[in-house]
Amino acid sequence: MWDRNQMAERAAQELQDGWYVNLGIGIPTLVSNYIPEGVNVTLQSENGMLGMGPFPTEENIDPDLINAGKQTITELPQTAYFDSSESFAMIRGGKIAMAILGAMEVAQNGDLANWMIPGKLVKGMGGAMDLVAGVGRVVVVMDHTNKHGDSKILPECTLPLTGKSVVDRIITNLGVLDVVEGGLKVVELADGVTAEQMAEATKATLV
Amino acid sequence: MNKVFNSAAEALDGLLVDGMFIAAGGFGLCGIPELLLEAIKEAGTKDLTFASNNAGVDDFGIGILLQTKQVKKMISSYVGENAEFMRQYLSGELELEFNPQGTLAERMRAGGAGIPGFYTKTGVGTVIAEGKDHKDFDGETYIMERGIVADLAIVKAWKADETGNLMFRKTARNFNPPAAMCGKVCVVEVEEIVPVGTLDPDAIHLPGIYVHRIIQGDHEKRIEQRTVSKG
Repeated sequence: MWDRNQMAERAAQELQDGWYVNLGIGIPTLVSNYIPEGVNVTLQSENGMLGMGPFPTEENIDPDLINAGKQTITELPQTAYFDSSESFAMIRGGKIAMAILGAMEVAQNGDLANWMIPGKLVKGMGGAMDLVAGVGRVVVVMDHTNKHGDSKILPECTLPLTGKSVVDRIITNLGVLDVVEGGLKVVELADGVTAEQMAEATKATLV
Repeated sequence: MNKVFNSAAEALDGLLVDGMFIAAGGFGLCGIPELLLEAIKEAGTKDLTFASNNAGVDDFGIGILLQTKQVKKMISSYVGENAEFMRQYLSGELELEFNPQGTLAERMRAGGAGIPGFYTKTGVGTVIAEGKDHKDFDGETYIMERGIVADLAIVKAWKADETGNLMFRKTARNFNPPAAMCGKVCVVEVEEIVPVGTLDPDAIHLPGIYVHRIIQGDHEKRIEQRTVSKG
């Protein structure tokens, strides 16, 4: 089984040289620690920045410079700033090659739910609906099961959707699955995970 | 015509009406019009509808107007950082219209640009699409979203000249330009007002045509998530 960092490391292998990429909050943020040697990617932050740098030192903290998770960050020599409508113009316009996002549930047809639990948690979708509708490729990184041990990968989502048929690939602690015609295809198993374990933990059609 | 005012209260004088619709710039606590929000609190204007990406935290940003129950409705994309907001929403005291972040930004930009509606793929097949006009273009389904025109826009910029030409700083730009554009009247607070001719005309982020009143003031610029590297 992979831990959070190993999942992030595996997700980083999805990146290709020259891509503009948006990383979601949580495990996806860790992906930036594992960008392979020789692969140059530019990270977009949807609050209005291309070329996101690392977290600042205490002396370099700037309240005018944050990421979409509202954390203080730094800029890089190639950084560009823009307003929110332009930020989502490049997202909606398909200029961002890939988004790596967390999820509460993913369905076997690529439906994604990651923004709302009715009656419980009112937070909002932020930019997630725009991202999954607009970017070239959507990769979900999440734990395979929830804290009760139930599969987060389902025949159909039970929670309100973020996007319909938008997910291309799912990376979990158990391995990598692709959304294909008729269901999900296991393309890789995490270290020490058997095909049987994967099938047992996945409440969706595997093809 | 003079656009420069001495204080937030003076700049808002005559503009605030109960039940009005206000578009506010800012993302989280970054680049929010903190002085104008404070002045609206002091003025006590009620039943406000806000189009703003977030609702601040309990004691800063739009949060201060939630404490005083001056807000009737929020149009936002993410409100996760505000306990009082959640309490009022879950108890039915506060109306909430969730908009996807990019849809909200484009609704403001479009409204300000004279575009009453636009089609987007964002939200197709979700609750956001319910009751909205669907239309296929080139084999893909889109939904229509309406442009926003607000009674008032409140905005934070870095620098202004006396004619209202604005420059923003880093990610504090965020929703401020589209919010400014969609206001019938736009009031801006800045860190520094400079004489006309000081700003490079090629470096102006938002031209003064969108800006009606300006104030200069000191900003707290509170940080929501202070995150530092170990190295």
